[in-house]
Amino acid sequence: MRASRNGNIWQHVDWVTIGLFIGLTIFGWLNIYGASYTFDQTSIFDFSNRAGKQFTWMMGAAVLGIVLLLIDYKTYDVLAYVAYGAMLLLLLATPFLAHDIKGSLSWISLGPVNLQPAEFAKCIVALAVAKYMGRYEYKLRTWRDLIVPFALIGVPALIIMVLQKETGSALVFAAFLLVFYRQGMSGYVLWMCVAAVALFIISVRWGAVPLPLGSGSVGILSCMLLLTAVEIYFICKEHPMRWQALILMGSVAVIYGIALIINIFVCVPFDWVSMGIVVALVIYNIFVSLYWRKYILLIVAVFTLFCIGYTHACDFVFTKVLQPHQRIRIEVLLGMKEDPAGAGYNVNQARIAIGSGRFLGKGYLNGTQTKLQFVPEQDTDFIFCTVGEEWGFVGSVGVLLVYLLFILRLIYIAERQRNVSTRIYAYCVASIFLFHLTINVGMVLGLLPVIGIPLPFFSYGGSSLWGFTLLLFILLRLDAARMEQLR
Amino acid sequence: MINDSYYRRRFVISGIAVAVVLVYIIRLFYLQIIDQSTKGQADNNALVKQTIYPSRGLIYDRNGELLVFNQPIYEITMTMREMGKDWDTTAFCRCLNISREEFDERLAEIKDRRKNRGYSKYTPQVFMGQLKKEDIATLQEELFFFPGIQIQKRTLRDYTYNAAAHVLGSVGEVSQADIEHDAYYTRGDYSGRDGLERTYEEQLRGEKGVEILMRDSKGRIQGSYQNGALDETAKAGTDITITIDIQLQLLAEELLAGKIGSAVAIEPKTGEILALVSNPAWNPKVLVGKERNKNYNMLLNDPTKPLYNRATQATYPPGSTFKTIQALVCLEEKAITPNTLYPCSGPGSTPIKCTHHHGSPVALDKAIEQSCNPYFWCAFRDFMQKGNDNGDIHPRYDLWRKDVMSFGLGQKFTDTDLSEQSSGTIPSSAFYDRSYGKAGWKAITIRSLSIGQGEILVTPLQLANQAATIANEGFYITPHLNKADSMRIHRHNLDIEKRHFEVVKDGMHRVMKYGTGRWYPIEGVETAGKTGTAQNPHGRDHAIFIGFGPIEDPQIAVAVVVENAGFGATWACPVASMMMEQYLTGEVKRSDLRKRIGSAVLNESVKKW
Repeated sequence: MRASRNGNIWQHVDWVTIGLFIGLTIFGWLNIYGASYTFDQTSIFDFSNRAGKQFTWMMGAAVLGIVLLLIDYKTYDVLAYVAYGAMLLLLLATPFLAHDIKGSLSWISLGPVNLQPAEFAKCIVALAVAKYMGRYEYKLRTWRDLIVPFALIGVPALIIMVLQKETGSALVFAAFLLVFYRQGMSGYVLWMCVAAVALFIISVRWGAVPLPLGSGSVGILSCMLLLTAVEIYFICKEHPMRWQALILMGSVAVIYGIALIINIFVCVPFDWVSMGIVVALVIYNIFVSLYWRKYILLIVAVFTLFCIGYTHACDFVFTKVLQPHQRIRIEVLLGMKEDPAGAGYNVNQARIAIGSGRFLGKGYLNGTQTKLQFVPEQDTDFIFCTVGEEWGFVGSVGVLLVYLLFILRLIYIAERQRNVSTRIYAYCVASIFLFHLTINVGMVLGLLPVIGIPLPFFSYGGSSLWGFTLLLFILLRLDAARMEQLR
Repeated sequence: MINDSYYRRRFVISGIAVAVVLVYIIRLFYLQIIDQSTKGQADNNALVKQTIYPSRGLIYDRNGELLVFNQPIYEITMTMREMGKDWDTTAFCRCLNISREEFDERLAEIKDRRKNRGYSKYTPQVFMGQLKKEDIATLQEELFFFPGIQIQKRTLRDYTYNAAAHVLGSVGEVSQADIEHDAYYTRGDYSGRDGLERTYEEQLRGEKGVEILMRDSKGRIQGSYQNGALDETAKAGTDITITIDIQLQLLAEELLAGKIGSAVAIEPKTGEILALVSNPAWNPKVLVGKERNKNYNMLLNDPTKPLYNRATQATYPPGSTFKTIQALVCLEEKAITPNTLYPCSGPGSTPIKCTHHHGSPVALDKAIEQSCNPYFWCAFRDFMQKGNDNGDIHPRYDLWRKDVMSFGLGQKFTDTDLSEQSSGTIPSSAFYDRSYGKAGWKAITIRSLSIGQGEILVTPLQLANQAATIANEGFYITPHLNKADSMRIHRHNLDIEKRHFEVVKDGMHRVMKYGTGRWYPIEGVETAGKTGTAQNPHGRDHAIFIGFGPIEDPQIAVAVVVENAGFGATWACPVASMMMEQYLTGEVKRSDLRKRIGSAVLNESVKKW
């Protein structure tokens, strides 16, 4: 008993995950060498180049991992809140200690190395969230129960975004929504996020495109049609009467028809017509919810009204709030601007690099785009280019599949826990990895706007590697102790 | 395992992960297998952005003389990969007139990654930079024989005269902060670091152009992308004409040689700065090109601080030149009239001695002429006591300070293009409250102010502006350097009546006729002036002079400060007098005086750069 309790952690640790971790890290390291390789290159272990440095960080990560596994598993739970407080202080202090690196104030110099505290924040926030939501008396019943968890992720995210000017690192905290979802948060919250993104894209992309008939823009009209559909769907779902859907849809169609006819004589502002219809539906919706006591519909009504405002605010946010470089990245992504020499340069070069890899790739260290350093940030955020170019379709798909396996394994680990708090932590870990993978690879493939966050284990950098190691090995330690937990 | 009601949601989350990876695999399949649009580039072609640098705007003086221009320099770059086996190193060395050893040494340096981090066989590396046209002439003709070698043109600043270094400023490589602050710059760019080059950076720099080229996998340029459809030509910077009269500037620099000091001349009617000299200065040519950093450090370490622009940054007590302001303020606030008489017992006067011997009692005109200390102390005392029965000095002092500051003292000129300025000091009553307590100071405590000594500090630029204000009889135009700026006049009116200025001008005229300035008349021109001696606790006093001329229609107002030179009459006055002569008559007839003042060395460590 004693042996299995303390002595032999190595028997209980999840070797599959460790294997995947080691495999991904080593393959990433080889690619960093490839990304900075320029023929008469020095050795892969040479500290003066990035691959050599990464090797050092890897050795550090190995030591860190072993240490984390040797620590008593209870420590992580006990220290969660203390660590959270300390982390907040560090995040607040960082902008004042940091020196400016490309406009971001998130790096602290410690002798020869720079550390990015935000990379470690994720792990500590995950522990705090797990501890809070994993308490026996905690039950997620109403939205009030989510206030504290949202504050736990919101405060560090705000500090990182506003004070440290690291939008990418702050966005990662959105990954926790999946965790909340697993714990019982309404699925509609996820749909609301999807709706927010969709409305933003539609109103920005087509907001300035005029309608062929009447006046108004394609973007606004499309958004309003979307909201009309949402309203009708919910009204009919909560208050099912067969004739109702038909009447609602029929009247909407009739109003548009009349507007079209009037348009022959007078120019009709379709923006306003469509908005009027949505508002009318909202009023009907409120009536239904109060009369039949379907209070969930009230939320839908408020949400819809909010969306109307949001649709109109998008343009303002896009032109006034976003930084010029962020705006251009989105414009390029949505195909509104072509700018192969400017903002589109990275994306275009990444596309060429990946596209030129074809099926089997050009072979390790033979990537030409890489050698000539066409793709900026090739060894950090754009490392996946090197994979695509040198290892081709086979290699890239391989990497993605290994990642998928890794994340699914983490979910599997999560679900085998007896302790709620460990399960929550495991979901945090899985969601964070999933988020990084999605955003980073999506950006390199030109599917998402350029947001600078690293690809775990692949991107060059000590802070991110150690941050991910911390995240993962705490989970492995907690997992190894799962048998000791009583139900 | 714990079963809870949301157990099934793990499939949703796993599903999201699977969906994301699936979408990305489809996208990869499209990019790598189906999409042929990158085929042209898929043969490893790639785009290269090449910046075309605009030529920087030129700078002319007020008479259209070219002061600052650009000289072309050349850079030889080599792309190692393209240099074949039969590359003739010997011939190449002969073209550039370098030895084989130098060539090998330079090549080793380029290939050394510790020194040259961005080294790649495939991209052009700078072999030699900062070359003159004649250095590369031979190579240019035979370039054909040396594959991989390219000659690139850039420009450097060049200067017609060894003058006006502080005014013009210099151009140097941009700092990390600039790059982050302004998207225009990238590493290795040049921008104005100080002086006019910095103030008018955005006008002078022009707009960069860009050329988009295609490059193949071996790094060779294949030609322009889409036939140059996306290229942008560079726009040259805008030329500027400045208010400096370069001949006047040269004369002033000549006269101040061997001394530490400064001279500022302003055209009173327009506020245009005619000359702005701070000595020691440097030859603008030394802060250009590859010698810049070395020379900059030498200037930085020079104990006489040549980089410091004394004309706008150094502050001195104005000494007796301040009596002109004192007189005007006392007249305006009715503390005295032109006929008020005060007694003077010469060097035996209390509490302030007089440094001159003259009749007693004296009126204002004579007091200015003779720079009578007791007169101005009495006037100052009466000012502070007038209408002030309860003995609280604060309201009177604050009034006095407001009037004095209306001459532009104690503050920086904000609406101007002079970048480096000091504000000087006109102490506030709060300052004295801190030193002596709220009720602990009276007129007698701050008596030094009455004669321009003590806590009061001004810059030479402010002194010149003061002279211009008196010449204008009650207003000044903010001193500025860009000729185009005179179009939008920044006029500052003083609340002092014109008739008071006439009295003071008359006094200043008498200074040049009968007083401390009488040794330096200008033939055919009547001038007005006031000498001053600033007490210096660290060594010999500083000589100061302000003046303007001609008296009936002032064209030029001057202030001169010579550090550690003793009396203003001896060193500062002749410099100012000759500057006025030069500007008003176009030449200096007093060549002996010019030679004597110009060759006098008052400070051994002042170097001529």
